[in-house]
Amino acid sequence: MYYERTQRPSYVRQNSDVCLDLYSGPHRSNDLGGWMTSLRITNVHLIDPELQTIQLGSLTIIDGRIAADDLSAPTLDGGGKYLAPGIVDIGVKVCEPGERHKESFRSAGLAAAAGGVTTMVTRPDTDPAIDSPETLEFATRRAQAACAVHTYQMAALTKGRLGREMTEIGFMQDAGAVAFTDCDLVVSDTKVLARALTYAQQLGALVIGHPQDPGLSKGAAATTGKFASLRAIPAASPMAERLGLERDLALVEMTGAKYHADQISTALALPALERAKQQGLDVTAGVSIHHLTLNEFDVADYRSFFKVKPPLRSEEDRLAMVAALAAGILDIISSMHTPQDEESKRLPYEQAASGAVALETLLPAALRLYHADHLSLPQLFRAMSLNPAKLLGLPGGSLAHGAPADLILFDPDTPFVLDRFKLRSKSKNTPFDGQLMQGQVLATFVHGQKVYQR
Amino acid sequence: MQLQHLLGIEPLQPQQINEILDLADQYADRNRTSSRNSEVLAGCTQINMFFENSTRTQASFEIAGKRLGADVMNIAMQASSIKKGETLVDTALTLNAMHPDLLVVRHPHSGAVDLLAQKVNCAVLNAGDGRHEHPTQALLDALTIRRSKGRLHRLNIAICGDIAHSRVARSNLILLGKMENRIRLIGPATLMPAGISGFGAEVFHNMEEGLKDVDVVMMLRLQRERMDGGFIPSEREYYHRYGLNAAKLSNAKPDAIVMHPGPMNRGVEIDGDIADDLSRSVIQEQVEMGVAVRMAAMEILMRNRRQNLEEAQR
Repeated sequence: MYYERTQRPSYVRQNSDVCLDLYSGPHRSNDLGGWMTSLRITNVHLIDPELQTIQLGSLTIIDGRIAADDLSAPTLDGGGKYLAPGIVDIGVKVCEPGERHKESFRSAGLAAAAGGVTTMVTRPDTDPAIDSPETLEFATRRAQAACAVHTYQMAALTKGRLGREMTEIGFMQDAGAVAFTDCDLVVSDTKVLARALTYAQQLGALVIGHPQDPGLSKGAAATTGKFASLRAIPAASPMAERLGLERDLALVEMTGAKYHADQISTALALPALERAKQQGLDVTAGVSIHHLTLNEFDVADYRSFFKVKPPLRSEEDRLAMVAALAAGILDIISSMHTPQDEESKRLPYEQAASGAVALETLLPAALRLYHADHLSLPQLFRAMSLNPAKLLGLPGGSLAHGAPADLILFDPDTPFVLDRFKLRSKSKNTPFDGQLMQGQVLATFVHGQKVYQR
Repeated sequence: MQLQHLLGIEPLQPQQINEILDLADQYADRNRTSSRNSEVLAGCTQINMFFENSTRTQASFEIAGKRLGADVMNIAMQASSIKKGETLVDTALTLNAMHPDLLVVRHPHSGAVDLLAQKVNCAVLNAGDGRHEHPTQALLDALTIRRSKGRLHRLNIAICGDIAHSRVARSNLILLGKMENRIRLIGPATLMPAGISGFGAEVFHNMEEGLKDVDVVMMLRLQRERMDGGFIPSEREYYHRYGLNAAKLSNAKPDAIVMHPGPMNRGVEIDGDIADDLSRSVIQEQVEMGVAVRMAAMEILMRNRRQNLEEAQR
C-alpha cells in the first residue's frame, strides 16, 4: 500500500518506558505497581450499555481485555461505585497542527483521561486542515507519542475544507482515517458533495456532516427568536438545520453513502431524520452535550463561553433532544470539545470565537440528565460509549468478554463546583464554570492500564 | 437604587427614568438661558470612545460634558490602535489606567459596551452598541414626548421603519413600554425582528392602518450600513409604502407629533415638507433635549460614583 496505517494501533503499548512518559502530571498509576497484566475490580455497579442493565458485581481484566472472572487476580475494591465502558467521543478538536497553545495531544489526553473519555476521535478542522495523508500521518504520530488515551483521526472531506475538491479519501482511509468531514464548513456545492459521497460510498467510508444551510445560517451567533432579538445578536432560524439535514439526506439517498450528522439541536430536524432511518438509509445522528443541558437564555448578558456552533436553542428544543435521545432517534452524545484561548473569547459576542471545551465536563453534564430522570445510566453510556464505537467499527464501548478494558470507575453523585482553571485542558472555555455539578471520575483505565486516578 | 453605569433602558425602573427626565427637564430650560454652564462635573475626566462614526451624538456628548465643567476628550477610534490590532478590552484597560471618571462608548457590536463595563473601574455610558440599545436616545425621545404632550403614559405611539436593525427602536420600545403606552410597530416584514409578538407591541405592515389615531409618530432611518443586503426591493418602493408624507400622516390624530432620531434621509423615510413643518415636527427639539438628557444622565452617574468612592474610603 502506498500509505499505510502508521505503526501499530495506539492502544497496544509494548514499551513500558513509553507508558511512564505519558503520566507527567500528578496522576500516576504507580500504586498498582506499574504494568499490571491482570486486575479484578470488585464491588461495583456494572453499567452494561449493550444489555441495558446495571448489576452489582465484579469485572476482571486480563492482558488489557475484559475476561471471565478470575478470583486469583489482584483486586481493586470499587467501593460500591459505578463501572462503565469508557466514553468514545466523536468530534474532539485537538489543535495540532497549528494552534498547539490551545490544546495539544498531551493536554487533551490528560483531560480525556480525567473526564472518562478513553477514546477520542479527533476533528480535522485544524490549521492547516488534516486534508492529506501527510498531515494525517503527522497527527497520528503526535497522538501516539503523547496521548494517554486511544486516539483516532478524522480527515477532511474536501481540500482545505473549502468545499471544491474532494480529498484523497482512499489514501487517507488506508492511513487510518476513520471518517471524513469538513466539520462546520458546510459543502454548499451540491455537485461536489454528491461526488464526494459517491466516492466515499465505494470505499465504505463514513462521511460526517454538519447539517446547516450555509445561506440561512451565515453570520449567525444565536437562534432566531425573542431572546436574540432583544439582545440584537445576528441569528439563524432552526429551519436552517432542517434544510441542511434534508439536503444531506437526499444526497445520501441518491448515493447510498454512510452518513452521520454531527450535531442535531432542533426539534424541526427530527422528522427528516426519523424518515431516513425508517427508509433504511445508513444514517446516524449525534447531539452535543451543550445542546442537551443548556438553552439560549444561558447566554444571558453576552457570555461568550456560551457561544457554540450551532447556537444554543430554545428550552423546547433542548427537551426535544433529550426525548429523541431516549427514543433512539439520536444515537450519540459528543462533547464537541473545541478549545479557544482567552483572547478569542474576550471579544464582543458577534466577534468571539465559537466552541467550548468539554472533555472534562461531558460526564458530569450528562449525569444531569440522569439526575433529572430523563435518561438511565445504561442509556447514557449507550449514547456515549457503545454507539460511537459501533459507528466507527472501533473496539470498545462494551463490557463483553474480549473487549478492550477501556473503563471508567465513577461516582455519579459527588457534588462539586466546576472551577475552569482546574481543567487539564490548556484552554478553559467552558460554560459550566462556577456551576454546581454532580459526578466525578475516580479512575480511568485504557487497555487495562490505569491512566487516571482521582 | 444607585446607577453605576447607563448601559441600557432594560435594567431601569420607571422611577429612575423619571429621575433622569426630571433633571433633564431643568437642564433643558437652563440651556436656553445664558447661564447654561455649571461646575457640577468640574474635575471629572470624560472620554468619548466612538468606534462608529457619529458627528451629532459625539458632539452632543461633548457639549453636555463641557457644559457641566468636565474635562472632555474625544478619541477617534477609527484612527487609533484598533487598526493596529488592539482588542476592545485592551484599549479600555489602557484608558482605564489613566483613571477617567466616565467613558462614553459607541460600538458596532451588540453587547460590546457591556463587556467593556465589566473591565473598567469608571462609569460607562452606552452611546449605542450595535443593534442593541441607545439609552440616551430613548430618554431624549421620552423627554420630547413628555414636554410636547404633557405626559409620558397612555399614549398611542407608532415606531415606523427599520425596527430589526435599530437600537433606537429597541430602547424606545422598552422605555415606552415601561411607562405604559400603546406601541405600534410599522414596517415591512423583512425589517421586523423575530419573536416580535412577544414584545408587547402591535405590528402593522400597512402604514395607513398603523397610524390611525396615534399621538406620536416616530420615524426611523433605513439602516443601510447594518444590513447585509436584500431586505427591501428598492428605496422608492420603501418610500411609497413606508415613507411618511402628509397623506399618511392625516391618519394620525390632528395634534400628533412627528419624531426622527436623525440623520434623516429625505424622500426615503420622511417627506422633507413634513420634517420642516414645525407645527408637527419636533425633530429639532429632540436634538435640543439630547444635550439636556445627556447632561442629566452624566450628572447622576458622577454623583453616584462620588458617593460610592466616599463610602469605600470610609
